[in-house]
Amino acid sequence: MRIGLFVPCYIDAFHPEVGVATLELLERFGLDVAYPRDQTCCGQPMTNTGCHAESAATEELFVRNFTGYDYIVAPSGSCVHHVRCDMDAVEQTDDVRQVRARTYELVEFLHDILKVDAFPWAEFPHRVSLHNNCNALRGLNHASMSELREPAFSKPADLLSKVRGLEFVHISRPDECCGFGGTFSVFEKGVSEKMGYDKVRDHSSAGAEYVVSADSSCMMHQQGCAQRLEMPLKFIHIAQILNGARA
Amino acid sequence: MSGAQGGDLNRNPPRPDRLDHAEGASVPLRSHVREAQPRGAVINGNHPIDQAEAAERFIAAPEHERMHDARLWDLRQKRDRQMHGIAEWEDLRRLASEIKEHALTHLDHYLEQFEANARANGIHVHWAQDADEHNAIILSLLRDHSVKRLIKSKSMLTEECGFRDFMAESGIEVVETDLGERIQQLDDEAPSHVVVPAVHKLRSDVAAVFARTLGTDPDDDDVHYLTEQQREKTRPLILDAQAGLTGANFVVAETGTFVVCTNEGNADLSANTPSLQIASIGIEKVIPRLEDLPVFVRLLSRSALGSPITQYTSHFRGPRRGGELHVVLVDNGRSERLGMEQFWTSLKCIRCGACMNTCPVFRRSGGLSYGATYAGPIGLIIDPTFNRHRYSSLPFSSTLNGSCTNVCPVRINIHEQIAGWRKVLAETHELPLMKKVMMREAGHLLSHPALYRAAIATADSALKHLPRFMVYNRLNTWGHGREVPAPPRQTFHEWYAKNRPTGQGEPT
Ligand code: SF4
Repeated sequence: MRIGLFVPCYIDAFHPEVGVATLELLERFGLDVAYPRDQTCCGQPMTNTGCHAESAATEELFVRNFTGYDYIVAPSGSCVHHVRCDMDAVEQTDDVRQVRARTYELVEFLHDILKVDAFPWAEFPHRVSLHNNCNALRGLNHASMSELREPAFSKPADLLSKVRGLEFVHISRPDECCGFGGTFSVFEKGVSEKMGYDKVRDHSSAGAEYVVSADSSCMMHQQGCAQRLEMPLKFIHIAQILNGARA
Repeated sequence: MSGAQGGDLNRNPPRPDRLDHAEGASVPLRSHVREAQPRGAVINGNHPIDQAEAAERFIAAPEHERMHDARLWDLRQKRDRQMHGIAEWEDLRRLASEIKEHALTHLDHYLEQFEANARANGIHVHWAQDADEHNAIILSLLRDHSVKRLIKSKSMLTEECGFRDFMAESGIEVVETDLGERIQQLDDEAPSHVVVPAVHKLRSDVAAVFARTLGTDPDDDDVHYLTEQQREKTRPLILDAQAGLTGANFVVAETGTFVVCTNEGNADLSANTPSLQIASIGIEKVIPRLEDLPVFVRLLSRSALGSPITQYTSHFRGPRRGGELHVVLVDNGRSERLGMEQFWTSLKCIRCGACMNTCPVFRRSGGLSYGATYAGPIGLIIDPTFNRHRYSSLPFSSTLNGSCTNVCPVRINIHEQIAGWRKVLAETHELPLMKKVMMREAGHLLSHPALYRAAIATADSALKHLPRFMVYNRLNTWGHGREVPAPPRQTFHEWYAKNRPTGQGEPT
């Protein structure tokens, strides 16, 4: 099984440790993982702003980089959601369709494809609050949604429950968006910040030491808000915990 | 906020012992601080509304913002509890959506059926192409009957038509019979929410408005006192009005009847006090059969307020003895919307307001920040159909989180339509130049790996270009209320080159 590793731009530049954890974790399962060096981004920032024409060349590059792999795996629900559900600025050739269908977010890949039942190396003796990115939650079905009448489930919580010592805390508005929203965080900064403050206060009141998420973008926003409020809250990507990080 | 709540479907707070009033908050939301009420968006001719600016002023009034957020989140939670009480909830939503889609795709048929049956019931049916025609038809009816005062119940359609202002210019007094709408009328402000029009006001704001307009004690903001005073002052106006106007929630084609749902019984007041009754109804309200109605009745108030049903569900099938009943069926852009492939399903909307209650942006911005008749998620996708330029920035007042789509009782794919509008606006040159230029630069950089690598080669330059290529732009909006992440020592890209030197890195 040949896996193409997609490391989104902000993880590459600001949270390289998340890329490293994802790579090492996949390698632990004996997978043949490659990182195509010419990768940049999936095109989401432009389409998110309505600029589909401006996104086409970036989407094309993405497909060029990842054609031929059995699976493309990325530690970001938001980017994977774009590739799978919204990448339509580029002409829909067979290659494009195939790359889109084969792109998985790390949690889904571990849960649905590899069906991992144990992470013997993982131990995280902390109280954690789980944050689901909205695209991962409502677009990729990472977990049941509080607005719908459906049986409760959560793929990330399922994986984390196999980690020794980890204890969940539950916030009062689990599905509430944290206010990142891509370009929204810039163009509507007042509301974005307020949503972020409310979110980190909710984590904090629930008694969380760590916020864990499958998306670095939301966490970067929340971390910025928590630091501004001088909260001792810590943030960690799910890939790091599953790969055995202790703190 | 407590860590003790379970993470499962029982995560709602315990039910209060007393029965909830349908429109009341189930938690006390008394504010002890006097704070001036933040006003809505600045309207500047046909310039695009700056929702973000108005939202910032709303957030800068923390008592208002906190109360508004808590009050609407409370409604959302009450809605969730009702949903869990109905095993077939998702089937109901599907059914409601299918009935509406069927009715909308056979709209001409059902409207004609309604007209014929309504006429047979003794109802006068009028057709209005747009707001002007709607207003003119009603004015001529009122003049024919020498009406000096009209009482009316809440109707978003009349807001669309600028009806109150038009009547004022025409010398006819209008008195709102819905309490929230009456408060808004007295304050000369538009409704901020389709179901709870004055939800953005604290009780101290209402006390100030009533003191100014009704002569009440400005320091007494007890709700019973305020309600009673308003009632005492308004009832006499209602009792000798010569005409009453209502909207309608549903129009039933097979029976030629229409249905109005309220909690205060105010539509009945408007309909039954004077002998001349008029109903302003958007053409999208029609449903085929009476049998379809219960599907919507079960969904409407549960979605809106988290109560099983509205206090009043009033059916109107003809004039009162000795009276007249007129229905004005209004298009006002609806048939044009029906022709929009991506957006026509927005006409399924039953105006329950659930999408507003759940919207994290709406809750923190207030409905008046949108500067349009329809606020919140549903507003973002229908306001641009009224005026694409003026409302061109509204579809950006969303994080595209999708909660609105999930609560919508008629399953409108609201957040996808919001994204769809962004694309349409970009293609029709309605994006601010700055956004367009940024996106063009980003698109260029991101499609050229060598340029991209050079751009983020140093921590400083990475901060300028990443993340998302605009976060650390020259306007530096990110750092306004958030700390910026520490610059990395090395990128993943560099780490990989060092640590996996033989990594294939190339596809087969
Ligand atoms: S769009 Fe849906 S949720 Fe929003 S007001 Fe209309 S029916 Fe209610």
